[in-house]
Amino acid sequence: MNKTNSLGGWCLNLIIWLAALLWLLPILVALWVAIHPASDQASFSLFSPLTFDNFIKAWHAAPFARYFLNTTLLVLMIVVVQLILATMAAYALVRFKMKFSGVIFALILLQLMISPDVLILNNYKTIGAFGLRDTLTGIALPYFASAFAIFLLRQTFKSIPLVLEEAAIVEGASRFYILRKIYIPLARPIYIAFALVSISFHWNDFLWPLVITDSVNVRPLTVGLQLFSAPEQGVQWALIGAATLMTTLPLLVLFLIFQRQFIQSFMRAGIR
Amino acid sequence: MSTIIASTPQRRPAFWSTQLYGYLLILPALSFLLLFTHYPAVATIWESLFSASRNNHPVHFVGLDNYMALLDDDIFIQSLWNNVLYALITIPLAVTLALMMALAVNRRLAANSLVRAAFFIPSLLPMIAIANLWLFFYTPQLGLLNKLLALFSLPAVNWLGEPGTSLYCLMAVSVWREAGFFMIFYLAALQQIDPRLNEAAAIEGASRGYFFRRVQWPLLMPTTLFVLINASMNAFRIVDQVIAMTNGGPNNSSSLLLFYIYRTAFSFWDMPAAAAMTVVLLVILAAIALIKFTLLDKRAHYQ
Repeated sequence: MNKTNSLGGWCLNLIIWLAALLWLLPILVALWVAIHPASDQASFSLFSPLTFDNFIKAWHAAPFARYFLNTTLLVLMIVVVQLILATMAAYALVRFKMKFSGVIFALILLQLMISPDVLILNNYKTIGAFGLRDTLTGIALPYFASAFAIFLLRQTFKSIPLVLEEAAIVEGASRFYILRKIYIPLARPIYIAFALVSISFHWNDFLWPLVITDSVNVRPLTVGLQLFSAPEQGVQWALIGAATLMTTLPLLVLFLIFQRQFIQSFMRAGIR
Repeated sequence: MSTIIASTPQRRPAFWSTQLYGYLLILPALSFLLLFTHYPAVATIWESLFSASRNNHPVHFVGLDNYMALLDDDIFIQSLWNNVLYALITIPLAVTLALMMALAVNRRLAANSLVRAAFFIPSLLPMIAIANLWLFFYTPQLGLLNKLLALFSLPAVNWLGEPGTSLYCLMAVSVWREAGFFMIFYLAALQQIDPRLNEAAAIEGASRGYFFRRVQWPLLMPTTLFVLINASMNAFRIVDQVIAMTNGGPNNSSSLLLFYIYRTAFSFWDMPAAAAMTVVLLVILAAIALIKFTLLDKRAHYQ
């Protein structure tokens, strides 16, 4: 069916390439604006000199170093806690024949339908009651238990033969040892897949951090970028373009490294 | 003898200690879920039935008054309508584009993975960054769209500043972001179609269009359903780009449901109204979830 050597086939391929290029246009325009002097941003002259000034200026125009640190800490904290809690929960659901595991699992799955971002109202009050408003922990706390992670790990743990565990028990291994030496290594691809989805989700999350933070010291990148590019600042497109690209760069690099896993994990993420 | 006697009484403690071990393992995750998902959902419903606490008036039960008030709130009605319109327009566009993209990159094509990445990358970027990228197109003086209009000697449009265009400008952004994401699901489904079907069609001399209509499209039905449901859920949770691009304006023409909830709660501090609206949003999401479970085979996804 793929007669790429025929003329029609070639035309179609050309259209696809052009479409892909057109699709990237918003990013390419930002890139063009960011690497040329601010004075040339309106003209799109081909002979405009290249410069990295905009990136340097943008970096110093707002506390981006702090924002990067905040987002990195936040994402790491969330993903690590999510994976630990989900591992424990999934293991319990699969291998301990608990009386109410059905009810508990249903309670967990409910989170897939009611997403936490819809419940900002009461979560704001709860975090306030804990005195954690305007802290990184306050941003992270509502995300610590991920139904999606529990669901994925439960699926995987279920497929691991019980015989492996029984053999280990006979050998006198502890539950913790079994989890660490059998379950976690075998579920490695799932851990990577979930981590990628979770990292990109929390790197991009905006509304909840916006609501719960007030100060520079805890503000993540998304909120910082939004303040930086708010129209009141006097529009400096070159700087905004540079800042925008800076904030997305880490995810793009991560994507280029883990392209295959990313696409596979987003496929799995579909069940959310 | 000792083993026989010892084993019987020990069975029950062993059973209970295993149970306890299991519950302890699940307790941390479950308590976070209860605290930040179940409790706030129930509390929101409960609070939507009470009045606001004003200076001298203590909170009191008002029944469905907050919901009745929503019916008289023009901005709420408009936000709801905007959101329905948003869903009705962006979802078919994004899903159709996603299917076309998937068919495109499913071909034998040079630089295939580059094309795939080009389509997929927008769904990786933070919404705030995407909003900035698109402002380059929409801004009145320097924006590319107006430059394009100028080429044809057409008058400039204030894309985000006119009530007639602002919502559609936001829709374009959503379609751009979501199409590449949904492409992934179509691509996965296309690659699972037995290549022998393809060969058989080629032998029979079936055209590509015929093969798509009679073989690929029916086999893609479950994926389409799945993508439609996910897209609907997303469409009612959109908020970031409204905050970043229009702030609901002008004249509430681009206000969407979650955005209006956010504004009611955190700008107007009208908590009961915001709670009632959140319940409306939860009902919409629950309805979509219900469709999901009745239409999609439940066991295939959640067993």
